Amino acid sequence: MTEGKKALLVMGCPEVPVQMSMVIYLAHKLSLAGWDVTVAGTDAAVKLLKAADPESYYVQKTVDVDQLIGEIVEKKIDFDICFAFMHSDAGMTYGATFSAISQAKPYAVVFGKNAEALGESIDYPATKIVAKATHNPNPLKNKIDKVVL
Amino acid sequence: MSCVEQMKYKLYLERTSFKDARDYIEKNSEEVYYVDPGYKIFKDYYIIGVPPVAMGVRGSEMLFTYVKPCHGTFVMGIDSEEEISRLRENEAEKIKKSLKNGGQKRKAESGTKPVSFSDIYKK
Repeated sequence: MTEGKKALLVMGCPEVPVQMSMVIYLAHKLSLAGWDVTVAGTDAAVKLLKAADPESYYVQKTVDVDQLIGEIVEKKIDFDICFAFMHSDAGMTYGATFSAISQAKPYAVVFGKNAEALGESIDYPATKIVAKATHNPNPLKNKIDKVVL
Repeated sequence: MSCVEQMKYKLYLERTSFKDARDYIEKNSEEVYYVDPGYKIFKDYYIIGVPPVAMGVRGSEMLFTYVKPCHGTFVMGIDSEEEISRLRENEAEKIKKSLKNGGQKRKAESGTKPVSFSDIYKK
């Protein structure tokens, strides 16, 4: 049963096109399965998401990623699962931070040109979803679809 | 924007990897302390990083990593006796805790029979 359980999707830098597409896809998929979904990101990433989903049909809750880190550390909020999207070292560093501060089961969604090398560099405990995808979302979408929640 | 960006800071490394930033702090500080991700400094900055997160002290300056999703990791230095004191206190607290745990472990291990010197000489 996933009813009432809380899922967090953490967006990295929004410069790689597949990220926004996959965040909306996964948020919708999780919502349909009964998860209460929150999407965190930088100001720019959240703006892109809101522009693509103006009626909040796919994503109802968004939050600034740095503000959310503070709230989790201060134990004001937490989640059951956390998908951290990353295509760079900085994204991976954010993923490691969420893995350390939150009780949520961590997933690292790794994409972009250097997905394989970045995936191998992850040494914090997380289920890795790795696909070399930048413009075509399908390799990443196929890997996400295989995740059993 | 975090309060850190509004303070008087120096940048020692820019747009680098977290690992390189950690190495820089370890090699260029007089004292190095390790904190967990989420360690709070100044008014509202929670340290982002891959554990172990190194923080350095060099004179009256605290060196730390600052991560921005689109720009990578920076090594920043800010003068703050107050934050340096907190780092040292945090470390002292960790040592106290580990001594307590070690103490209990040693107590448990001491359950083995003591060896008598006379038994050793008999052999």
